[in-house]
Amino acid sequence: MNDLSPERDNRIANLKGLGCSRKRVEDVRFTQGKGNYVDDIKMAGMLHGDFVRSPYAHARVVSINTDAAMALDGVIAVLTAKDLEPLGLHWMPTLAGDKQMVLADGKVLFQGQEVAYVVARDRYVAADAVELVEVEYEELPVLVDPFMALESDTVLREDLAGQTSGAHGERRHPNHIFLWEEGDKAATEAVLAEAEVVAEEMIYYHRTHPCPLETCGCVASMDKVNGKLTLYGTFQAPHVVRTVASLLSGIEEHNIRVVSPDIGGGFGNKVGVYPGYVCSIVASIVTGKPVKWVEDRMENLMATAFARDYWMKGRISATKEGKITGLHCHVTADHGAFDACADPTKFPAGFFHICTGSYDIPVAYVGVDGVYTNKAPGGVAYRCSFRVTEAAYFIERMIERLAQELNMDSAELRRINFIRKDQFPYHSALGWEYDSGDYHTAWDKALAAVGYDTLRAEQAERVEAFRRGETRKLMGIGLSFFTEIVGAGPVKNCDILGMGMFDSCEIRIHPTGSAIARLGTISQGQGHATTFAQILASEIGIPADSITIEEGDTDTAPYGLGTYGSRSTPVAGAATALAGRKIRAKAQMIAAYLLEVHDNDVEFDVDRFVIKGAPERFKTMKEIAYAAYNQAIPGLEPGLEAVSYYDPPNMTYPFGAYICMMDVDVDTGETEVRQVYALDDCGTRINPMVIEGQVHGGLTEAFAIVMGQEIAYDEMGNCKTGTLMDFFLPTAVETPHYTTDFTETPSPHHPIGAKGVGESPNVGGVPMFSNAVHDAFRAFGLKQSHMPHDHWRIWRIAEGLGLHG
Amino acid sequence: MIPAAFDYHRPDSLQDALGLLQTHGEDARVMAGGHSLIPMMKLRMAEVPHLIDLQAITGLRGITIDGATLRLGAMVTQHEIIEHAGLSCAAPILREAALQIADPQVRYMGTIGGNVANGDPGNDMPGLMQCLGAEFTLVGPDGTRSVAARAFYEAAYMTARTDDEILTAISFPATTGGYAYEKQKRKIGDYATAAAAVLLTRKGGTCASASIAMTNLSDVPVWSEAAAQALVGTACDDTAIKAAMAAMDADIDPGEDNRGPVAFKRHVAGVILSRAISRAWSRT
Ligand SMILES: Cc1cc2nc3c(=O)[nH]c(=O)nc-3n(C[C@H](O)[C@H](O)[C@H](O)COP(=O)(O)OP(=O)(O)OC[C@H]3O[C@@H](n4cnc5c(N)ncnc54)[C@H](O)[C@@H]3O)c2cc1C
Repeated sequence: MNDLSPERDNRIANLKGLGCSRKRVEDVRFTQGKGNYVDDIKMAGMLHGDFVRSPYAHARVVSINTDAAMALDGVIAVLTAKDLEPLGLHWMPTLAGDKQMVLADGKVLFQGQEVAYVVARDRYVAADAVELVEVEYEELPVLVDPFMALESDTVLREDLAGQTSGAHGERRHPNHIFLWEEGDKAATEAVLAEAEVVAEEMIYYHRTHPCPLETCGCVASMDKVNGKLTLYGTFQAPHVVRTVASLLSGIEEHNIRVVSPDIGGGFGNKVGVYPGYVCSIVASIVTGKPVKWVEDRMENLMATAFARDYWMKGRISATKEGKITGLHCHVTADHGAFDACADPTKFPAGFFHICTGSYDIPVAYVGVDGVYTNKAPGGVAYRCSFRVTEAAYFIERMIERLAQELNMDSAELRRINFIRKDQFPYHSALGWEYDSGDYHTAWDKALAAVGYDTLRAEQAERVEAFRRGETRKLMGIGLSFFTEIVGAGPVKNCDILGMGMFDSCEIRIHPTGSAIARLGTISQGQGHATTFAQILASEIGIPADSITIEEGDTDTAPYGLGTYGSRSTPVAGAATALAGRKIRAKAQMIAAYLLEVHDNDVEFDVDRFVIKGAPERFKTMKEIAYAAYNQAIPGLEPGLEAVSYYDPPNMTYPFGAYICMMDVDVDTGETEVRQVYALDDCGTRINPMVIEGQVHGGLTEAFAIVMGQEIAYDEMGNCKTGTLMDFFLPTAVETPHYTTDFTETPSPHHPIGAKGVGESPNVGGVPMFSNAVHDAFRAFGLKQSHMPHDHWRIWRIAEGLGLHG
Repeated sequence: MIPAAFDYHRPDSLQDALGLLQTHGEDARVMAGGHSLIPMMKLRMAEVPHLIDLQAITGLRGITIDGATLRLGAMVTQHEIIEHAGLSCAAPILREAALQIADPQVRYMGTIGGNVANGDPGNDMPGLMQCLGAEFTLVGPDGTRSVAARAFYEAAYMTARTDDEILTAISFPATTGGYAYEKQKRKIGDYATAAAAVLLTRKGGTCASASIAMTNLSDVPVWSEAAAQALVGTACDDTAIKAAMAAMDADIDPGEDNRGPVAFKRHVAGVILSRAISRAWSRT
């Protein structure tokens, strides 16, 4: 057979399989306004829910009077904790082994906490009724600083009184949640004590929020006739929601159907279970009518899963030549009022111990103290609870600090310490096995692409010009080399509420040769319907355009753990490939039967099985599919279907090299990003255009986080950034231009070598932009300035360094 | 974010609008583009049982240029200001400022009348109007009166306009000489961290007249006569600019908010003013 024949190339192109920049099939409906989101769902007789929320960060709830609200025409019910208590639903378990109030039970612990739930005829009446619920509060001392919380006599979680241990071990103070440790503390201390050079720094990664375009919401519909509960919602893990709903409500799992319709962005914000879901279900059970609840923007920003709030105290040591010898990190993690992260049980700080980054660090230790404060719970969003973004920011800042102490170029310091290609699979000091990587190649490519040496020369000239008074703008070069850890994860290590973090795919080939595949994941904008069809197209030889991908309906999709933490391609993508291979194996037998040869005498060729050595004799997948349904084939069941549940043997470790260049106005604090270069290695590339889209999106998130986005509180616990006027979302005007690039180092253990890319740019982008700001002031001695680097904080740096003359 | 219930009125004459204001008293408020008022209603910071929409009153529209006097109907949108060629010639600072307000969507709806009547210290037009020496025409049950922009603002959201009056038009003289509207903001769609409106005329090598107003640096716009005086008779050189900055600094009274602490705002106000003066001077 002639492999290079244009005819064969055409057949490959026709599949639109792996490597094809196929346009996103989802966009046809999204760009025409034909998406179907939770708030688009309308059901006969549907009622609307809305919350009375606490204006205080810490207060006792003295009384709740619902009379005036109930008297309003159109109000059906007002639920308080008292109403939920008999059902045992006034509290609910969190995904992190803690519990959380559904409605304020005697006290409130953060501003915006749910106090009462109003159910009304329409959402306008509901909003009016919220105003009429009278709640009497008695204010309590507020703790917004985790360090003070660990010293304070004020006990936030009175419900845990006397409990000296929690889900993750000992609690040494009433406001302490856990101390989690990894690595060799004594050995690390010993290395640090003897080290030639040590850099020490407190690095704060501020509290932020992913602010998805669509807020959280649901429609709960209890059919009292057949006893079935249908729950539509913005769920990143619909199957887990079904299981939790069953455990909480006592409704048998087969009587619950959870549907995630189109989701307008998740970013981890939609992983957790929120009081709104529980209250809507209860309200639907009580009223027998569907009940819809959709948050507004302020509620979403103030009360749903935040991200970060990590105080990371680091020490890193090296030889005089710059070879890193040890890393020590202690984190004070502000979890807010409840520990509502979504961590694997084993890992209350997620995968933070990936914080040795891309470097061969012989000995390391991390300890993480989780702390309660009077802030919203969560810590799930923006790279999930896995804390990889925090880890990457930490190590990439520490590298810069170390370079400063060594008086060395930080690009060179990275190069000296990178894990070498021949060291993979690499076992890190903190216990991970990095699957594959080629960091030096990626780094050299990136430095060459931006003309690194020229940039440094330009920067040096700028500093001179600044000193001569010719300019008020400094130039920063932001370097970042990150190693991600995604694809959670191996069932032996990773679970959510005890459920192993496998994922799944089920394929049905139709008689006419098209197909449907259903997965346990759910797209929130990642383009699964596009890319999973491409994986399958290459595996089974049916064009991607002839494959429907369906997710999000628990009645039809196989069980899976959902989409977050860049896990869909590494886990469900693997399940898809393996299910495809099962289809192919059966197709091979059918083809052999049809061609009247032995199974082993045929081989797969793009979209058909051919007789080895006689490629002109073949059966296309289309013919095979038809035969599967219309022929009685001895020894084979009719039909062509397969299902695969994939338990990954390891995580995958995408990596990347990011470099940006930024001008910083020392007087106004304004910045202008002049260039961003992002090289990603996510292993095998399924759809380059989708990857580029993910990278652009994630870089923009990173830019937002670094340059202004924060969830800030005043000392009374008032959220100061509860609207988009103050919560920074960059527009197209502020967003920099991006240049993307890649290297391709396949994962050795993934069926198609893919690693996942969704979060890489957020993980790597944050240190890049932040390092650029720091780098601009390096010549003037700046060591560390906490994000966000908004105008006034940059001005404060310059002021502190005496640059305002 | 759902406003409390309200009745919606859409009168097609000024008299009817005034009548509705009379009838409903404190419960009524006029709405122009709605891009300041509706967000306040949605946040339930403003409760307006009777909302009187001015969109159907054609008499409140239109831009007229009568010799050296410009007149803008209250319902002229910021977009119309940007698009109007005659206006851009007669008072180019207006277009420069309008382009820095919010984003195109807001500017299609937001009106000059609403912007100046609102009384929000963050709005850009009030300072600009003070810089231009504009007059606001107010019509109420007792007839028509004119109030100078420089005398209109009393405190945040408090103006010389009484509740039963409607602002119908704004007039000001055409500008000559150099101009600049300089604004620092955190992003597109944001109100100013600091903004400066500067008008200058030159005679020979020196500045003959100047007018300077600052935005969002006090609870009212700040027309700084002293800052302007510091420039008159100078060549708008570094020394003069520094003097103007110092004079302006004495007139503003910024508060701390998410945009930054007071010291930062004062610093930025100085930088913004100095840039505005330089640009305006370069255009004389
Ligand atoms: C996202 C966003 C960003 C913005 N950024 C800026 C900015 O950077 N700079 C800026 O200046 N503005 C900004 N604005 C405000 C915008 O320019 C508003 O449109 C403007 O302030 C008010 O004009 P309006 O026609 O929308 O007035 P409305 O909102 O309709 O009215 C505002 C107030 O003025 C009163 N009013 C309106 N017209 C009259 C009248 N003829 N007589 C008496 N009273 C009247 C109303 O009763 C109300 O109290 C922004 C708005 C948004 C939504």
